[in-house]
Amino acid sequence: MQMKNHILPAIKLTALLLLLLTVVYPLAVWTVAQFAPNKGKGATIADNKNEYYVNIGQSFTADQYFHSRPSAVGYNAAVSGGSNKGPSNKEYIKEVQTRIDSFLIRNPMVQKAEIPVDMVTASGSGLDPHISVQGAKVQIKRIAEIRGLEEATLYKLVDGQVEKPRWGLLGPEKINVLKLNIALDAISLR
Amino acid sequence: MNTEIIGIVLVFGLAIALALPLGKYIAKVYDGEKTLLDPICGPIERLIYRTTGIKPEAEMNWKQHILALLTINTVWIVLGMLILMTQERLPLNPNSIPNMRIDVALNTVISFVVNCNLQHYAGESELSYLGQLWLMFLQFVSAATGMAAVVILFKAFKEKTADTLGNFYVHFIKSCTRILLPLSFIVATLLVFEGTPMTFEGKTNMTTLQGEQIQVSTGPAAAFIAIKHIGTNGGGFFGANSAHPFENPTYWSNSVEMIAQLLIPLAMVFAFGYFIKRKKLACMIFAVMTLGFTLLVVPSMYMEMQGNPAIAAMGIDNSLGAMEGKEVRFGAATSGFWSIATTVISTGSVNAMHDSMMPLSGMNQLLAMMINAFYGGVGVGVLNFFIFIILAVFISGLMVGRTPEFLGKKIEAQEMKIAMLIALLHPFLILTGTALAAALPQHTADTLNNPGFHGLSEMLYEYTSAAANNGSGFEGLADNTRWWNISTALVLLLSRFLPIIGPIAIAGLLASKRFVPDSNGTLKTDTATFGLMVFAVIVIVAALAFFPVLTLGPIAEYFSL
Repeated sequence: MQMKNHILPAIKLTALLLLLLTVVYPLAVWTVAQFAPNKGKGATIADNKNEYYVNIGQSFTADQYFHSRPSAVGYNAAVSGGSNKGPSNKEYIKEVQTRIDSFLIRNPMVQKAEIPVDMVTASGSGLDPHISVQGAKVQIKRIAEIRGLEEATLYKLVDGQVEKPRWGLLGPEKINVLKLNIALDAISLR
Repeated sequence: MNTEIIGIVLVFGLAIALALPLGKYIAKVYDGEKTLLDPICGPIERLIYRTTGIKPEAEMNWKQHILALLTINTVWIVLGMLILMTQERLPLNPNSIPNMRIDVALNTVISFVVNCNLQHYAGESELSYLGQLWLMFLQFVSAATGMAAVVILFKAFKEKTADTLGNFYVHFIKSCTRILLPLSFIVATLLVFEGTPMTFEGKTNMTTLQGEQIQVSTGPAAAFIAIKHIGTNGGGFFGANSAHPFENPTYWSNSVEMIAQLLIPLAMVFAFGYFIKRKKLACMIFAVMTLGFTLLVVPSMYMEMQGNPAIAAMGIDNSLGAMEGKEVRFGAATSGFWSIATTVISTGSVNAMHDSMMPLSGMNQLLAMMINAFYGGVGVGVLNFFIFIILAVFISGLMVGRTPEFLGKKIEAQEMKIAMLIALLHPFLILTGTALAAALPQHTADTLNNPGFHGLSEMLYEYTSAAANNGSGFEGLADNTRWWNISTALVLLLSRFLPIIGPIAIAGLLASKRFVPDSNGTLKTDTATFGLMVFAVIVIVAALAFFPVLTLGPIAEYFSL
């Protein structure tokens, strides 16, 4: 029993398995993907101008749009990542405080206790397409004023955009910010 | 909140329900019995045997098994270095990714060969699609290596006395063709229909609704992510791993990935029971593992749902829990559950950033990897647990004055020495690594993302993850430096192959011993009492070795919040 007796079979086996696992297998999955939404290129949604990925969050900074969550990568979808700040990090705690303060400045009619935590913390991917339902509702007063819409209209719009847990059982309720903003543009072209 | 908990319970229950029949199937596969996939896999396997000159009927003893295992793993390391360091000029590089630096390539290749997937690189910018495909290959074969290793243990206890224990290549090839490949295909299919991309085109240019120009990374991700979980590898296609909205687009895809990573580690325990026809023993092992898992996962979920007290003190609505580093579509509870599942099993894929989790959740993630035997990685989880069984048999044998025996084999000095060495190796590598990193701040201080106690936790986590072959990280650590690449590569190598060789050697030695039939003097190993004994041994070994450093890291941070 010597190592060299195993080297040649090992190399040949590697070559064959490479064929099976990195050519046949991905091609099989790719073939299946041709039947999936958008042929396996990631689901998209369009408004009257452009096409966007539904699942890739975008940066919304303008006052007339519902804002997304803070992002450690500025919603640059060429990369991804979180802040990785530890819960006791003093700088981080200060940063969150700053986010709360600027949220209150941009939404002066909102009480501090109404701001949900997702709106002042960065997501893991930096590309989170969602916010919580409360995260959308807390922005309604601002948007109603800027767009000259009734608050009730906006509440209805937000409620219509709530993504419920599957079968009413699995996972949290949430709102896709991009879809919400596209729907918002549709009811008030500005 | 309630829908989150219901989702978790359903997912875990479904994983167990699927693991039972899968365990039976795995046992049949390794036993050479007829199975459903024979008509497809039989011809492929025969073709492989014929082309490579491997003789499937040639029996190997435990030493020959180890030699075959080590040789083929060496081939992968050499070949992998070549590919990653020349990827710029190789095909499938639409994004013009440059060659990898030698220390990054070394760390990357070793970490994928040993089923760890530390990923000091960022997938989007440092790997060509060919490089990604090569790593996907390693995700298959490293998992199959672990599985082929544990089969040696299965075989050792099946016969009363045996010197030869089947053929390594047969176990290895069957693991790929009959278990990993079909399961991965199913998972990949589920994922593409949830919205995970599977395309060979490069980055897409896009205009956002607000009118900014951005690029979006995409790629052949679905195939990669399936084996990443089925093989408990954990290396993500995108930098943010399973937190990325392409890698894990919905709560449903999250459930699929969750089950995919739990599946084989759970099934392996059942397969052991079916294979050696001792279901009660498998139940004992499963119960101890599940007890340990529950004790780690419940507090973590609770801590994450409570949220960060420092943020609650600012007076905002903190009811969603600790959302820093988490995705809204999963929520705090599900992310807390995943964080422990991925660390007790050696997956190491993350759907939320562990660095930003609550201190005691971080501690439980560390403990999960320090113990590394509650389910554990594909194949190796059972091997690690086997070491604790041997220790427990010996200690309880001494306590009640009975000969230490396991499944009719006497445990003697030689086996005990090996078991002791392997049990001590894990804390030795983790603690020495962390101590060196702390003692040499010129190499490490600038790489920390957080000050104070949490900074120590970042270093501790990196070595623990490397030693457990886990691959998750406190990702704030800027680990793509020479120090981290090389030191963790060493830890990875030692902590993969020694804990495979050790238990196999014990199993091989025991297999060739004379079978002693059960008598009144035999210590029963398939009882709840013995299960508690094993659990106590695990707790004592892990707690005693790691308690001091946990006090300096996460526990100190908890009290400072």
